[in-house]
Amino acid sequence: MTALVVDTPPPRRIPDRLSTPFRRLLGSWEVLLLAVTIAIFIANSLASPHFLDPWNLSDATYNFTEKAMIAFAMTLLIISGEIDLSVAAIIALASTAMGAAAQAGFGTPALVSVGLGVGLLCGAFNGLLVARVGLPSIVVTIGTMSLFRGIAQIVLGDQAYGGYPASFAWFGQGYMSDFPWWPALPVFEVITFEMVAFVCVALVFGILLHQTAFGRRVYAIGNNVFAAQFSGIPVERTKFVLFLLTGLMSGFAAVCLTSRLGSTRHTIAAGWELEVVTMAVLGGVSILGGSGTIPGVVLAAIVMGLVTFGLGLLNVPGIVMSIFIGLLLILVIALPIVFHRIRSRAAA
Amino acid sequence: MTLPMPAAEPFAGNDVPIMEMRGISKAFPGVKALDDVEISLHAGSVTALIGENGAGKSTLVKILTGIYQPDSGEIVIDGRPVQFGSAEAAIRGGITAIHQETVLFDELSVAENIFLGHVPRTRFGLVNWKAMNARAAALLHSIDAPISPYTRLKDLSIAQRHLVAIARALSVEARVVIMDEPTAALSHKEVEDLFRIIERLKGQGKAILFISHKFEEVYGVADRFAVFRDGRSIGSGLLAQTSQDQIVRMMVGRSVEHAFPKVDVAIGSTVLKVSGYSHPTEFDDISFELRRGEIFGIYGLVGAGRSEFCQALFGVTRPSAGTVELEGRRIDVRSPSDAVAAGIVYVPEERGRHGAVLQMPIFQNISMPSLSRTTRAGFLRQAEEFAMARRYAERLDLRAAALSVPVGNLSGGNQQKVVIGKWLATKPKVIILDEPTKGIDIGSKAAVHAFMSELAGEGLSVIMVSSELPEILGMSDRVLVMREGRMAGTWNRADLDAETLVRAATGNA
Repeated sequence: MTALVVDTPPPRRIPDRLSTPFRRLLGSWEVLLLAVTIAIFIANSLASPHFLDPWNLSDATYNFTEKAMIAFAMTLLIISGEIDLSVAAIIALASTAMGAAAQAGFGTPALVSVGLGVGLLCGAFNGLLVARVGLPSIVVTIGTMSLFRGIAQIVLGDQAYGGYPASFAWFGQGYMSDFPWWPALPVFEVITFEMVAFVCVALVFGILLHQTAFGRRVYAIGNNVFAAQFSGIPVERTKFVLFLLTGLMSGFAAVCLTSRLGSTRHTIAAGWELEVVTMAVLGGVSILGGSGTIPGVVLAAIVMGLVTFGLGLLNVPGIVMSIFIGLLLILVIALPIVFHRIRSRAAA
Repeated sequence: MTLPMPAAEPFAGNDVPIMEMRGISKAFPGVKALDDVEISLHAGSVTALIGENGAGKSTLVKILTGIYQPDSGEIVIDGRPVQFGSAEAAIRGGITAIHQETVLFDELSVAENIFLGHVPRTRFGLVNWKAMNARAAALLHSIDAPISPYTRLKDLSIAQRHLVAIARALSVEARVVIMDEPTAALSHKEVEDLFRIIERLKGQGKAILFISHKFEEVYGVADRFAVFRDGRSIGSGLLAQTSQDQIVRMMVGRSVEHAFPKVDVAIGSTVLKVSGYSHPTEFDDISFELRRGEIFGIYGLVGAGRSEFCQALFGVTRPSAGTVELEGRRIDVRSPSDAVAAGIVYVPEERGRHGAVLQMPIFQNISMPSLSRTTRAGFLRQAEEFAMARRYAERLDLRAAALSVPVGNLSGGNQQKVVIGKWLATKPKVIILDEPTKGIDIGSKAAVHAFMSELAGEGLSVIMVSSELPEILGMSDRVLVMREGRMAGTWNRADLDAETLVRAATGNA
């Protein structure tokens, strides 16, 4: 088996990595976000004496917990190269369905099932059109955005559903100390159910994306869908599952939001899709697909929550906040590109 | 690995170089692309820059055209050191380049394409159409291109477009012309036309840097040469005084045996049986049997349906009729994941597009189809992934700074090794290689061939699609020739000869 030879060198020893994980972490977007989070925290506590109040801070988490739960699923979807702009409309439809079920006298477990079920169905519908039929997700979900909210509007008109059972209020308004079997420490009086749900959902999606074969396939699909397919990765099925997950999390957000508001109008969660996408992109998820992390999106959610809360304390009107969100979205899409240009110029 | 090398000789003759690069170094994270290299170009002379893929040729071209800045070293033109901070600066410095694929615009006229970016203007700052068309016509005439400057680009043939690209490169006042693999996409006749243009440019006193993988072209057109290997200057001199063997040795640092490393292997029982495989448009009624340890060549012209057939076998597209049996059992391959599960894998022709996820690290590419074996209950185990990647990287003599480097940072030959390694890790029964050595350098080519023999020796069955006759003749136990989607015949190794195959492939019976 001598092929070509004058002298065959021994096999080369190739190192696993060039730099240590710690050094890579230092240069990451997540560390930058962490610094921003701390800076905003300090700035807010200086700007308003009410900021550091534990009850206020606890209330402030509602600014991001529900949106963030969708953003985690959206993160995987965007990394895979797709997007779902119908998430807020799914909330509207799921909330409307729950309202109708509540009117019909169903109890809390049934209402939650309806919320999650509608979310799953909507996700399956999007997934079918994108993964199976092969339509571009941005077109499909702009369509379903109008479709889902349209149905809610026809059902509700100018009316609102209310009259949810008392036990249903717990998802959006409950504290951990409400649990009889939960250890009765004072700190749990300010820890809401949604905070705990936020942490759990972040953990589940973080592990799913970063520690499982499924997550690895999501990255591969987002970076090069052909090579992924040619490597035997079930591209259609993976994308379908991602739409299902996004639908499910929208359904869960609908449960929390409906429970918190105690009523359903067809305008519920209007404009949330942009905030959810902004959250993911601010968290370092490339809008072109292929890269991003869950820890980044966790920090981005907290940053956005703190900023809205801080501006609220300073009595900044809502329209200014939405201008702020718009600017933020443009900035976080532009920054990495500018960043990359500067770095490649430095390398050149 | 140092070999006695002919020392870089001082240039014969009394001509002073018009441009010299001295002691140029350039490092990228993890790689030293150029290490203290030298090259000089002379007026009225063609210098061939020779080296394997990854030797640093493209980096040198990018430095010379102002796209990269060197870390150290100097560029001297007419005895004066210069610096090119940008592509525009390099053009002003009198350097122009003809690339493999110059971007041209279909809807614009030939003259507009040639002068895009430096259009002649009137006193009032408007486009001086008259001057532009006249100058374009003169340029086209100077390279013997019978094309009207008024024609829209979309009405030209591929060869004519290529001439427009050359005219565009020459439309700036240049003393140094770089040709980076200019013949890669050209037919034989077009290459001859290009060589005539090069002779003209020499006559005009321009210095030409010519980069090509093909020796017959280098010897056909160049006067001088410079060889790079692993980012260093290995040798330079006059081609007339240097043999092809000497240059090959400089390139690879070892002598490459010209014969193909085909080893006789005991051919075993039938592994794969394809019967009547058909597709509505691409191929029709393909049948053959593949046995253990066999290398089965598929030869044909581009467009004969070879890749399409292989991709159908791999489950990318679905056939309209026909059956596949693997080890006596009928299998139904509906997707690549079915094929991989059954033990059929495919190394595609387009590495960057279909073969590897270039942005992702080497180890993740290698483990990609084998994740079920490097995970436990779906959870990744990175140590196992690195171990798997290391096993195949060493076996394939992969050259990389680290296993966590993106595959896109590797040279073409090493990318191919990653794709092959990825499939070997799945322990396949049949491996389909689609143009396995296309666009990779001599050293890697020989390594791929040797490796193919080794795999066949271990009992793997290999299907090799190739357009290169020497490769088909050198490596195959049997050859299937396809023409226009149909089988034109199969031949055993003993009956193989180039003429028969070409005749079968072209239909000149």
